[in-house]
Amino acid sequence: MKHYSAFAVAREALRYHTGWERAWRSPEPKKRYDVIIIGAGGHGLATAYYLGKNYGIQNVAVIEKGWLGGGNTGRNTTIIRSNYLQDPSAAIYEKARGLYEDLSQDLNYNIMFSPRGVIMLAQTQHEIRGYQRTAHANALQGVKTEWIGPERVKELVPIINLDGPRYPVLGGLWQERGGTARHDAVAWGYARACSAMGMDIIQQCEVTGVRSQDGRVVGVDTTKGAIDCDKLGIVVAGHSGQLAEMAGFRLPLEAVALQALVSEPIKPCMDVVVMANTVHGYMSQSDKGEMVIGGGTDGFNNFTQRGSFHHIEETVRALVETFPMISRLKMLRQWGGIVDMTGDRSPILSKTPLGGCFINCGWGTGGFKAIPGSGWGMAQLMATGHSPLTEAFSLDRFKEGRFIDESVAAGVAH
Amino acid sequence: MSTRLAKQGRLIDRSKKVTFTFNGTSMQGYEGDTLASALLANDQMMVGRSFKYHRPRGVVASGAEEPNALVGLGQGNRFEPNQRATTTELFNGLTAISQNHWPSLEHDIGAVNTAFARFLPAGFYYKTFIHPKPFWKHVYEPFIRQSAGLGKAPDKDSRDADTYEHFYAFTDVLVIGGGVAGLQAAKAAAASGAKVLLIEQSAYWGGRAPVDGGTVNDEPVDKFVEQLVSELETMDNVSMRSRCMGAGVYDHGYVLGYERLTDHTPGVQGPRHRLWRIRAKQIVTATGAIERPLSFAGNDVPGVMLASAMRDYAVNWGVNPGERVIVATNNDDAYRTAITLKQAGVDVLRIVDARATAGPLAEEARQLGIRVDPGKAIAKVKGGKRVKKVAICNQEGVGGAREEVEADAVAMSGGWSPVVHMWSHCGGKLTWDDANAFFRPDPSRPPLGANGEGFVLAAGASNGALVLGDVLTDAHAVGKAAAKAAGFKPKNIKAPVGETTAEAPMEAVWLMPANAEIQLRMKSWLDFQNDVKVSDVQLAAREGYESVEHTKRYTTLGMATDQGKLSNINGLAILADALESEIPKVGTTTFRPPYTPISMGAIGGEARGEVFQPIRQTPMHNWHDRNGADWEPVGHWRRTYAYVRPGESVHDAVNREVKNTRDNLGLLDASTLGKLIVKGPDAGKFLDIMYTNMMSTLIVGKCRYGLMCSENGFLIDDGVVARIDKDTWLCHTTTGGAERIHGHMEEWLQTEWWDWKVYVANVTEQYAQVAVVGPNARKVLEKLNAQAGGGMDLSKEALPFMEWRDGKIGEFDARAYRISFSGELSYEIAVPASQGQAFWDALFEAGQEFGVMPYGTECLHILRAEKGFIMIGDETDGTVIPQDLGLHWALSKKKEDYLGKRAHSRSHMADPERWKLVGLETVDGSVLPDGAYAVGEGVNANGQRNMIGRVTSTYFSANLGKGIAMGLIKHGPDRMGEIVEFPGTDGKTYKAKIVDPIFFDKDGEKQNV
Repeated sequence: MKHYSAFAVAREALRYHTGWERAWRSPEPKKRYDVIIIGAGGHGLATAYYLGKNYGIQNVAVIEKGWLGGGNTGRNTTIIRSNYLQDPSAAIYEKARGLYEDLSQDLNYNIMFSPRGVIMLAQTQHEIRGYQRTAHANALQGVKTEWIGPERVKELVPIINLDGPRYPVLGGLWQERGGTARHDAVAWGYARACSAMGMDIIQQCEVTGVRSQDGRVVGVDTTKGAIDCDKLGIVVAGHSGQLAEMAGFRLPLEAVALQALVSEPIKPCMDVVVMANTVHGYMSQSDKGEMVIGGGTDGFNNFTQRGSFHHIEETVRALVETFPMISRLKMLRQWGGIVDMTGDRSPILSKTPLGGCFINCGWGTGGFKAIPGSGWGMAQLMATGHSPLTEAFSLDRFKEGRFIDESVAAGVAH
Repeated sequence: MSTRLAKQGRLIDRSKKVTFTFNGTSMQGYEGDTLASALLANDQMMVGRSFKYHRPRGVVASGAEEPNALVGLGQGNRFEPNQRATTTELFNGLTAISQNHWPSLEHDIGAVNTAFARFLPAGFYYKTFIHPKPFWKHVYEPFIRQSAGLGKAPDKDSRDADTYEHFYAFTDVLVIGGGVAGLQAAKAAAASGAKVLLIEQSAYWGGRAPVDGGTVNDEPVDKFVEQLVSELETMDNVSMRSRCMGAGVYDHGYVLGYERLTDHTPGVQGPRHRLWRIRAKQIVTATGAIERPLSFAGNDVPGVMLASAMRDYAVNWGVNPGERVIVATNNDDAYRTAITLKQAGVDVLRIVDARATAGPLAEEARQLGIRVDPGKAIAKVKGGKRVKKVAICNQEGVGGAREEVEADAVAMSGGWSPVVHMWSHCGGKLTWDDANAFFRPDPSRPPLGANGEGFVLAAGASNGALVLGDVLTDAHAVGKAAAKAAGFKPKNIKAPVGETTAEAPMEAVWLMPANAEIQLRMKSWLDFQNDVKVSDVQLAAREGYESVEHTKRYTTLGMATDQGKLSNINGLAILADALESEIPKVGTTTFRPPYTPISMGAIGGEARGEVFQPIRQTPMHNWHDRNGADWEPVGHWRRTYAYVRPGESVHDAVNREVKNTRDNLGLLDASTLGKLIVKGPDAGKFLDIMYTNMMSTLIVGKCRYGLMCSENGFLIDDGVVARIDKDTWLCHTTTGGAERIHGHMEEWLQTEWWDWKVYVANVTEQYAQVAVVGPNARKVLEKLNAQAGGGMDLSKEALPFMEWRDGKIGEFDARAYRISFSGELSYEIAVPASQGQAFWDALFEAGQEFGVMPYGTECLHILRAEKGFIMIGDETDGTVIPQDLGLHWALSKKKEDYLGKRAHSRSHMADPERWKLVGLETVDGSVLPDGAYAVGEGVNANGQRNMIGRVTSTYFSANLGKGIAMGLIKHGPDRMGEIVEFPGTDGKTYKAKIVDPIFFDKDGEKQNV
């Protein structure tokens, strides 16, 4: 792998950049690998990367139906935070956030982690109490967050309207080291590093079957032929159900479209990420200058990556109310991604009923921020059979009723 | 230089001068001008700076596809960045500023990037700015952000001075685009009797046809347009909206229209934009085609324009973009530009045609004295802020042996691409047309509706028909087909006959010259706004970013505000070539709405400020407001947190209310509590499933406190259920839960037990409900009865605890529930909503002698906490089961099933380690912090402090004179009297004793009187 640096760019400039090599190889599949990961999104690639880096398992293939990073990794609003309430969530998201801090240097690929800070606004008394609870929990979980008052919110976000007649801003939960990263770069950086370790990333290759013998996985059938493996990781987000079916088990998942949109680019006007849950919307400004806006999920299950307009309307309306100056900005593009949701809205990182077969799915609306932590824990689980990061996220929890529910803020009051 | 022509300009009125400013300089144009045409008429060739290299940028197009001419428009609360000058209609007093430069358009520090462009190829930022780590946040990123972005942001405190609105329309056939194709399709469809809506993004009908010329039925095409428009205008079943763009096509024939009402007449009363939400049975996209640039070195210099745009400026606005023009093309259409300009008196130096042979238009050009150079190409355009020289070479080869010609404008045409956006938004597929080198809609793979049939048809140029005759034939047929698909019988009216000019085939030319050397490719722009060049796409391919999506994201090709309208196909072709593949195999990126950017204001619509979301008000809302209400949003309601008297703090007010309600008499407006009527022969059976308790056995006249769980067993709501008659129950829900629980019931009824005879109606707003609470509660009600000379018997015997009665209280028709959420003697009295205020007033007046005071939600919370009553949303959070709260008694053991019963049998639900409800008292009487967690020893496997419980609600009790709290603690009920520690976020550790959760009147003596 050729090292990336300003000097390398300068050197290449002198020969018109004709000397750059491929960021990742494009090999044909081998007959057999120690580990096959299905799905070359962020989570799949990160799993492969940490299998190699932490456990020396480098005879690995990552198989991708489309193009790497082409699913939700490249469709989300790039927010990174770990201010979760429940212990297992806080643990894996904070692990991820910590890894993001050094990921550019680790991968020698600038993934532009920007710890610009994330505010979750409180606009009802109920939300104040909820976020104060989260702040207490985070302090004990080693996640640095703090409750801030409206004046501090205004200082951090000059374009915010504190005194909206409908839902005044009463304060917020502030995570100073939360932020954003360049989503595509995360996938590309991991892919390049995996490829450099000798792993094969096989794009345009669809898995058509999972082969097993005596209750253990022995390989997969693909559009590029059969490939053997000792262990299999299924990391395919929206299509997890189909893959699980091939492997002979079912998952408690449903697929819904989650939507996002961007404005036209403007000069910097907002330095932090703001999430407003009462009115349903969140916004940050990309380095390119676009206001990146996220909304809700459709109320019905589907696999179209489109979504309906009424959610866009609801979200934009909420944000115009929160940040009135955006009224005269324009929506440049809207899109949808298919998110796989579990019953408790928390992910599944788990062994499966099929020996040697592991699954990582169910990240719902929040997967991007977890990528490094998810990969780290998943690699540990696949290599050693156990990971404290993934333990609580096992499939068994649905049988046992051991849910990890983060939706507490959606409560009610008398 | 670019100037106004002496004649021409079919859209401008030379008798009406319009004054505007650009970067503070006053300029003049005519009514009918666009900002772009007026700027060109004033020789303002350079209008902005590009995104990455800050290169000078001029107008390149004449419509929605414009990537360069973006300006900041208006001032103050009407300032708007990134407005396209080409679609901005000129008006008196317009102020525009150019963008993305400092200190000025002419002298821009950022232009230094151009000098270093060689060191800043596609994706350079992924390879650099990695070390040292803190520099990204503190140095690199702030710098990149400052130099990126385009227009300046509106002021941080600006409030849009304009209003917006939403319209709804339902139509049989929607035609998007009012060019000749759209007009003809609308006519053909409307002839069947179908209801037709025709929308056009510009202010004019007819599209490009009047500029391109030609005849229809042997008359000039503009005459044909005129007649067709007036004919459609007289048809009752046809509606036409100009300045209304089709923005997006969604599932089920849902289309977004974006109408710009007053952008061209600011200050005029009325909404600025109108968002149309259209439902159409069939959609015809007649959205035309967009000309493609040619990729040659220096094709981004101001003065290089699309050939069709140059023709538009001459014909529509009488503007001559240059005095010495060179036309470069790979097709016959650009010859029309040359001919038009020449006829207008412009010096057209030569036509550089990459092909060996051209059609009859070439002969016409030659006869006008224009030199035509076949097989030639532009090697390079020279000039910084405007075109100065053009180097011409052979199209074959690497671009050597150049001839330099002095020129000030270049018209380029790389062929045309149908506008397939609206076809593609909802899943319509494309097919590659090799002859024309473009993607057009594949009629066999349209977007599909719910019935599996296509609901979008493409017509005219957007369907790949480029010549007038073909356009009209196609549009006519498509209009009829749309009517038929919408369920109408098309009439056999005659299609108009458009002139068909013989044209020689175009030849795909993706690079000029064909094998341009790297120095030229590094100067050949694909995406003018984002500064993506041929060499960048080639670099992406070399580095393995082979998917079209990878290339797009790595180079930013097509990600600018024009979303690749000019750049995508050219970029795809370069990528396909670099991969030694074919364009259709490489495929396109996804077309996403909107077609061009639409204002956030329009999307939000009318719902701003006070009406952003409806505020629900109880009948007594205004009384509360007049009497010191400190408001708290609860769902869509506003409830009174406390009634603050002059000179009092909110905290003081709460304490006063708490004491007074316990000692004398309190009134609570409880109207917001959800009230659901559940009625029908199967209502009892249904409620037995909904609630964990048995409801079917409830006796008429009695009340029961009920719990509801989700399928997963978690507590989701609670409230008092009253049985009204044999088939009718009234279920109280929490304030925030009314709509949710109503929906929850309906969902089960509609999906699972659709055959049960049950109706659910939300009657929350039909009643005003007042909680009359305190030792004097009965006295005040009896006084009302006495005053009226009768009324219902409210004695302990006649209306015992947990029963209800209908009757009169004083003058009022009332339903009295003898229930208590405070532990006091308490009646909740429902009266018709219209009587609410009068009833409240009567109580208030009669209560004076009994020490009456209204109380708010915080007092309500404290009273219930003193009694250890749980509150949904405080003690519960979606993870708590009734068993955690000591509510086993409410889980029926007799019933076969209820929602949550099966879930409660899961192993974790019976786990003895679950946190259980207890009371908490700080050792020093202070108030525990809200949401604090109790800690145990050590840390868990992830290094997190072990937690053993948490505070669920915490208050200062004025009655007890100390802090009281409820919490969930591991083994809590078995640890009475033990001290647990709660670290606060303030650095202090709070110590609290585990106690019984009932702090006050443990035996319930106060309510049983």
